[in-house]
Amino acid sequence: MQPNDAEAAALRHVHKPLPHDSAVKHVQGSAPYVDDLPEPEGTLHVAVGRAPIARARLQELDLKAVRAAPGVVAVLTAADIPGRNDVSPSMGDDPMFVEREILFHAQALFAVVATTREAARRAALLGIAKTTALKPRVTVEDALAADATVLPDYAFGRGDPAAEIERAPHRLGGTFRIGGQEHFYLEGQVALAIPGEDGSVHVQSSTQHPTEVQHVVARVLGLPDAFVTCEVRRMGGAFGGKESQATQWAAIAALAARATGRPCKLRLDRDDDMAMTGKRHDFRVDWQVGFDDEGRIAALDSLFLARCGYSADLSQGVVDRTMFHADSSYFLPAVRIASRRLKTDTVSNTAFRGFGGPQGMLAMERVIDAVAWSLGKDPLDVRRLNFYAAGRDVTPYGMTVEDHATGRRILDELEERSDYRARRAEIAEFNARSTILKRGIALTPVKFGISFTLTRLNQAGALVHVYADGSIHLNHGGTEMGQGLNQKVAQIVADEFGVGLERVRITATSTGKVPNTSPTAASSGSDLNGMAARIAARAIRDRMAAQAASEWGVAPEAIEFRDDRVFVGNDGMSFAELAGRCCAARVPLSEAGHYATPKVAWNRDEGTGRPFFYFAYGAACSEVTIDTMTGEMRLDRVDVLHDVGRSLNPAIDIGQIEGGFVQGLGWLTTEELVYDAEGRLRTHAPSTYKIPVASDVPADFRVHLHQEPNREDTIHRSKAVGEPPLMLANSVFCAIADALHSLAPGKPVPLDAPATPEAILKAVEDLTGGIGF
Amino acid sequence: MTFRPLRFVRRGRLVEVADVHPRTTLLDWLRLRERATGTKEGCAEGDCGACTVVLVRRRDDKVVYEPVNACITLLGQVDGTEVVTVEDLAAGEMLHPVQAALVKHHGSQCGFCTPGIVMSLFALHHAGGPADREAVNDALAGNLCRCTGYRPIVDAALEACAAPAADRFTATEETTARVLAALDDGSDVWLGGSDSFFAAPSSEDLLARILGEAPDAVIIAGATDVGLRITKALEPLERIVWLGRVKGLDAVEDTPDALVLGATVTHARALPHLEALDPDLGELMRRFGSRQVRASGTVGGNIANGSPIGDLAPALIALGATVELRKDERLRSLPLEAFFLDYRKQDREPGEYLRRITVPKLGPSDRFRCFKISKRRDEDISSALGAVRLTLDGETVASVRIAYGGMAGTPKRAAGAEAALLGRSILQAGTWRAAAAALSEDFKPMSDHRASARYRMQAAQAVLVKALAEIAGLPSAATRLHPRKEASLAAE
Repeated sequence: MQPNDAEAAALRHVHKPLPHDSAVKHVQGSAPYVDDLPEPEGTLHVAVGRAPIARARLQELDLKAVRAAPGVVAVLTAADIPGRNDVSPSMGDDPMFVEREILFHAQALFAVVATTREAARRAALLGIAKTTALKPRVTVEDALAADATVLPDYAFGRGDPAAEIERAPHRLGGTFRIGGQEHFYLEGQVALAIPGEDGSVHVQSSTQHPTEVQHVVARVLGLPDAFVTCEVRRMGGAFGGKESQATQWAAIAALAARATGRPCKLRLDRDDDMAMTGKRHDFRVDWQVGFDDEGRIAALDSLFLARCGYSADLSQGVVDRTMFHADSSYFLPAVRIASRRLKTDTVSNTAFRGFGGPQGMLAMERVIDAVAWSLGKDPLDVRRLNFYAAGRDVTPYGMTVEDHATGRRILDELEERSDYRARRAEIAEFNARSTILKRGIALTPVKFGISFTLTRLNQAGALVHVYADGSIHLNHGGTEMGQGLNQKVAQIVADEFGVGLERVRITATSTGKVPNTSPTAASSGSDLNGMAARIAARAIRDRMAAQAASEWGVAPEAIEFRDDRVFVGNDGMSFAELAGRCCAARVPLSEAGHYATPKVAWNRDEGTGRPFFYFAYGAACSEVTIDTMTGEMRLDRVDVLHDVGRSLNPAIDIGQIEGGFVQGLGWLTTEELVYDAEGRLRTHAPSTYKIPVASDVPADFRVHLHQEPNREDTIHRSKAVGEPPLMLANSVFCAIADALHSLAPGKPVPLDAPATPEAILKAVEDLTGGIGF
Repeated sequence: MTFRPLRFVRRGRLVEVADVHPRTTLLDWLRLRERATGTKEGCAEGDCGACTVVLVRRRDDKVVYEPVNACITLLGQVDGTEVVTVEDLAAGEMLHPVQAALVKHHGSQCGFCTPGIVMSLFALHHAGGPADREAVNDALAGNLCRCTGYRPIVDAALEACAAPAADRFTATEETTARVLAALDDGSDVWLGGSDSFFAAPSSEDLLARILGEAPDAVIIAGATDVGLRITKALEPLERIVWLGRVKGLDAVEDTPDALVLGATVTHARALPHLEALDPDLGELMRRFGSRQVRASGTVGGNIANGSPIGDLAPALIALGATVELRKDERLRSLPLEAFFLDYRKQDREPGEYLRRITVPKLGPSDRFRCFKISKRRDEDISSALGAVRLTLDGETVASVRIAYGGMAGTPKRAAGAEAALLGRSILQAGTWRAAAAALSEDFKPMSDHRASARYRMQAAQAVLVKALAEIAGLPSAATRLHPRKEASLAAE
């Protein structure tokens, strides 16, 4: 038994499939979200006036009718901002309100504050913007033609891939387009700002990044950070869409509260939310690969052209992460990964679960497919051949993949569990018989780097109090968006104190309790906050143990905390009693814990280092049937095996895996963002933008955890699980391509993402030279 | 004329409302007036289901539990029902079986869609179970969840809805029935004054009079489309006439020759009758909107509102349906295809209303197929929808009606394709191809965010070929991802 096993055996809550802390409230509608909170007396409502055009110079903004509309209390423009007109995360290029240049369709021009939300929304339609229109740049090609970027080009790699490709026995190249994705969190953007004394403001926001909301509100209002508090109890989903994108609405609400002296709430209508907030980046990927007769890759040269929208937002980190995942799980001896961060006159694209990684990985899986098909091989065999291995274990950015064996074990086990080989043979038989319907199968791996690639973000704080009655107040810098972070951290803290979960009170995240936090993002929530909370709890427990030891006259090591009691051998007292005694003995029962991830160090200028603490692995096998006359697709079966280290909570982790998979399924199949030539998003509502529904999920959906303790010293040897499972859905896309490939064996499959019925039918046509009836 | 205000049952009490604006939605009333914030707004257009509540009604002397989207249901439309929301299910500390199952199976993550899901499953629980996976998926088609991937929700539903409901609602059903019967008092309902009102007359004569005096009034039945004019377009609708209380308009006459659907027959009530007519029609209805939309929306409304992509119209045109309209005392009938004049323009005068739809049944020599093409299979608006009705004389096509939606500004017949088939043998693949080719003369579809013109045409041609091939004998298991329902195959 490893020491870790002994520790794990003593745990009462950690590693157990306990329900989400709010589950019982969720099902009764009694878990309040920002818009559900009782409104303070006199609360006003804010709506935003939108730019009617994508790219223009604003000549005049006529707001007379807005001011005169019923119920209007105030109208706010850039001129009313006391601080800086900037809600950007760092680059200073996201104005809260348009001043002179309209940068995208539906950009915020002004805000209306009115007595009701309906009055504010109606009034917001009455603004008249006189503009000089310019032709908007909408597509990757528009941006390339204008040589427009939001950030400098960036590349890394090794060797001389151009020469190696030239020298390789086989060469292939192509272009692949990958669509973006709308977050479609069910709770839209919302903030409630309550004015306080001396100009201070308290903001209730639905955000993954309360610290940034605090800082941006302070920046806009021209206040010191200490005058602003941001609080978040829970979000109704976020997925990256409330990392940088929640700040603008909080800042407008805060400005309205400042201007009117009354509480002000801003909740975006769904269509406005979809038009006015950023999405997953879409890409064009141009690639060239050289390989040998077996399919072993000698060199890869990839160029990632990211459509970032009008501003930088988080595009540096996002597109960097695309590049970090452009190897997927494969060793690339000579390699160049290049990127351009293109500027278009559209909403600024942002974080979305996977943060650019999924696009990088999918592009590589498509390269592997192309290599395999050109050689008449099963793509899985080519995947295996190129998988990281001993001596072939250094990534294009110079980090050694130390635990590729974990990834390979998962691949092996899933191949067997999914009965891949037998099914592949059976599908070939089916396809030989069936003319209209064709089936396809694919098994693809996931390897996802865990850590913020901006090293300074890899830290977290927690604040734990034990009260005199033995109840525990738990607070940390992470936010709850449905992922069960609060539950996991509560389990950790309860086990530190050896008490029942009911004793641990989960409290709202607040910048007043834990300052200078990182966003709850990059899958890092429980890794970082779980550690910080454990450090805080352990410090208090050690002081309690010292107090108990002095009372019993034993060494502190003899004191044991379990079952809501404190033991010295068979003797003991309740946890509550010891808490009381500690107070009486003037022992402090409050602690702020802080954790910083070790080992990570990334030198972006050199393009080398260790950006990730560790990797999370997984694999999925999907089988589909396509209709070659209409392009419709049915997902028939999915097998998943996913690496969670030693799971903190297997039920929650399964939920993340299934939910991530289905979100990825939507991204790659039915979810299509359509911008028109004028730069307007045409799919700005659930009536036109189709995320998966229950019937899109196959009845045969087999999900298993791979529970191998993390080789790194993470919280209870668990692994991050928020983002990696999204990329399991790459298997669906590759299975669709596989089904298409059966129409013209040996030919590359010209399928772009998302694989809508129309995209699939177009590929059929391209492969067969027409649609046969 | 005496009118009464709005009456409904809420949490065991009779609620009488006289002082709301006619376009107040049920969701706003719940959240802003009653401050019952368990019911959420996710999209305000009836697509995400976060606002799902259940309306308890009496239908054919039974108590039924219908899920609706509160965001696009006007408060006036709940007259005569009991409104049940997510806060009302648990009995003290004791969760309702669907709530308990969702907790047990980890069916919530962020929890924002959960109240709507609870209410959809509550309605399913009361639908007479046991529910299989297909029924559960269908019950959830109008509830978007972005976190879970649905698997745990479906598992919870399968468990909770494995047996017919036995909860505190069934225990008090007799009382509920009595109370609801008392509300069904034949009164005419009026909210507001003469310039701004929500009127719910109980007779056709009064309806005709109101429309005579206010011909510009907006007529609603389910309001599943008009609701968006209120919540999205922010149209200042002031005069609204609801058909929901008009006696007789909700009648279904199902005879061996024809199905006659009154203007306020909901999709949910029409579904089994249309499904009996043809399984493809049943599946089309099942994929129409969601349970919430089908519980509110009506066949008459889908036609009268004249959407070029309304799913029902092309199918009913192919079947040879006729519509009957009334203005004042004047009644007239016309073929359904003649009702659609142009994009969003119908042959309906101000003050005239659609009274009923007559759908001829299929005879022994008749064949029907329809195909709906959409990006997502459930709860999606069609890119294209094709429907074919043939009468065969042996292998010869003796008569044919083909209609499409999504291919023109209105639902429209395919005259060229029909001509290419008439009098030809159904067994000739060449005939199928000729008919498909003719479609490119019949239609000039447009490109939009749902599909390109090119794809629309390709899909239209594909489904026509499939329909003809199937009628000629090719089993649908070879032509479709989701074959026609077997029972009906046996019946043919």
